Amino acid sequence: MTAPASSAPSVAVERDNSGAAVVRIGGDWRLRHGMPATAPVEREIEAAGARAICLDAAALGRWDSSLVSFVLHLEEYCRASKIAIERVALPDGLVRMIALAQAVPEKRDARAAASRPALLDRVGAAALERFAGFSDFLEFLGEAAIALGRMCVGRARFRRSDLLEAIQDCGANALGIVTLISYLVGVILAFMGAIQLQQFGAAIYVADLVAIGMVREMGAMMTGIIMSGRTGAAFAARLGTMKVTQEIDALATMGIPPMEFLTAPRIVALVLMMPLLCLYSDLVGILGGATVGFTMLGLSLNTYLRESSAAILTATLIGGLVKSVVYGVLIALAGCYEGFRCGNSSSAVGDAATRAVVESIVAIVVACGVFAVLFHILDI
Amino acid sequence: MSNQAATPANPAPRAAERPVHIEVRDLTMAFGNFVLMRDLNFTVRHGEIFIVMGGSGCGKSTLLRHLIGLIEPAAGAVYYDGQNFTAADTEAREAMLRRFGVLYQGGALWSSMTLAENVGLPLGEFTDLAPGEIRQIAALKLALVGLRGFEDYYPNQISGGMQKRAGLARAIALDPAVLFLDEPSAGLDPVTSRLLDELILELRDSLGATIVVVTHELASIFTIGDNSIFLDAETRTLGALGNPRELRDHSDNPRVRQFLTRSASLLETAPKNG
Repeated sequence: MTAPASSAPSVAVERDNSGAAVVRIGGDWRLRHGMPATAPVEREIEAAGARAICLDAAALGRWDSSLVSFVLHLEEYCRASKIAIERVALPDGLVRMIALAQAVPEKRDARAAASRPALLDRVGAAALERFAGFSDFLEFLGEAAIALGRMCVGRARFRRSDLLEAIQDCGANALGIVTLISYLVGVILAFMGAIQLQQFGAAIYVADLVAIGMVREMGAMMTGIIMSGRTGAAFAARLGTMKVTQEIDALATMGIPPMEFLTAPRIVALVLMMPLLCLYSDLVGILGGATVGFTMLGLSLNTYLRESSAAILTATLIGGLVKSVVYGVLIALAGCYEGFRCGNSSSAVGDAATRAVVESIVAIVVACGVFAVLFHILDI
Repeated sequence: MSNQAATPANPAPRAAERPVHIEVRDLTMAFGNFVLMRDLNFTVRHGEIFIVMGGSGCGKSTLLRHLIGLIEPAAGAVYYDGQNFTAADTEAREAMLRRFGVLYQGGALWSSMTLAENVGLPLGEFTDLAPGEIRQIAALKLALVGLRGFEDYYPNQISGGMQKRAGLARAIALDPAVLFLDEPSAGLDPVTSRLLDELILELRDSLGATIVVVTHELASIFTIGDNSIFLDAETRTLGALGNPRELRDHSDNPRVRQFLTRSASLLETAPKNG
């Protein structure tokens, strides 16, 4: 089996004296090196006005699918324009592959499905989908509330170890990233304040600025955003994958409500851990501010911390913690909801995780605005 | 499917005369200290349908993953046409990988792409074909596996059996010299499974590719297998090597006969004619 030097594929159309055209196929046909088009050959056959062609592969070298595809197209053209074909010296394998490719009739309605609906149809469909999505979400919310209620009275089916694992995952395992981000946010707040306040000789008020900023807004907000990216996405991806692999169906058919078994422990874990993380974030943020005060503004650590603690009112602190609990609920709901309504493919899992993060961050920012108005009215 | 005009398609050369395509020498498969199989030695000839069989969990799919380089062997090597695949550098290995086609157990179609895009991706990456030609070849490959007109479907819009066939179409996209099929008929009904077997035989005959099939479907094994190995989970080594029909009737390894005759106990399986 010595391989001859590779030559380019060739197609030549010759006119026969009996009025038929001869299509001579030669050379090596290799997918990797491209393939001749059928259109010029078809034009030549048409120009010759042949009612019959003879497909001659006597000079053919090596061949692969490129030739199969070429011959199939040529034969289809001939059949459409009612030209008879005679095959000469086509390799056996080629004939068999052509037969195999034609063995199953083409599914005709397949391509029609791809046609694009009109603009108005699409707008309507999108609106209906949104509306259906909203009622879906309400249904999910109701089921989640029932599951949580059953959990509170101790009648929900879930594994204690799952709850503990979720608590560890949303709590202890998140400490590193919360420390890093909160510390830096504290430093940034202090920097921004220091530049302005130093001009008035009021550098000590950097402590108030950082303390109130962290406790009131940034602690809860930053923890919320970290947790939606970290835990909300994980919930959606985990539940979505369980849906794809039918694990959720398996739970449901065993009479274990997936809502109680999967959603309730996650919501509870996040709601328990969010205020703790928020409190921790407040503290680390204040330490970040103190670092700036100590190194750049020449304040003593003692003075700084005393000023900070004087600035924090109990109501502010509690307000921040309440916010973090609400953010926790929003993140857990978005993550679980998107996980449950995930489609059946790997790309759907990615979409679910994306939607969970986007929705929870939007929800957090909206909730933050609502709280700002609410606290203003309540004068906290 | 490197057909050569010099090789007449008929009469086919006798199996034993064809050149060796794949050679496995002293292959040991291990995960850490756990040895799954040791000292595997066998050869696969050009154009042969070679069956890898054995009970569940004995390492059939793992052997396949060793053959295609997804796992490095703990010892030993795999040769293709005399060239060492295991020790090959990245470039040589990639060139060899391009001659492989693999059908994974679940089809492993990329779910965000249509069937035509799935089949067309390797064509776009490794050939100079224009997009129109790629689509034409993809349509041909889908037609070969009986999916004419399904080019614009997504994998989750078609049934499991169709996904398997679409996976096969993707595996033969680049006209591979070796086709690896991991449990092609698992999860298919007997009729579909039979049709798939016929398709595999037809592809071998028309493409001239070497085909390695991992399976434990007895009907398939006897229908398509030219040659086979049996991985013995108990001795953790090669249990038998040969034509599956002959192994069923004449093997001296009782576990091989038990497997191939589907007996519940070892005692029922005395070899025929001694």
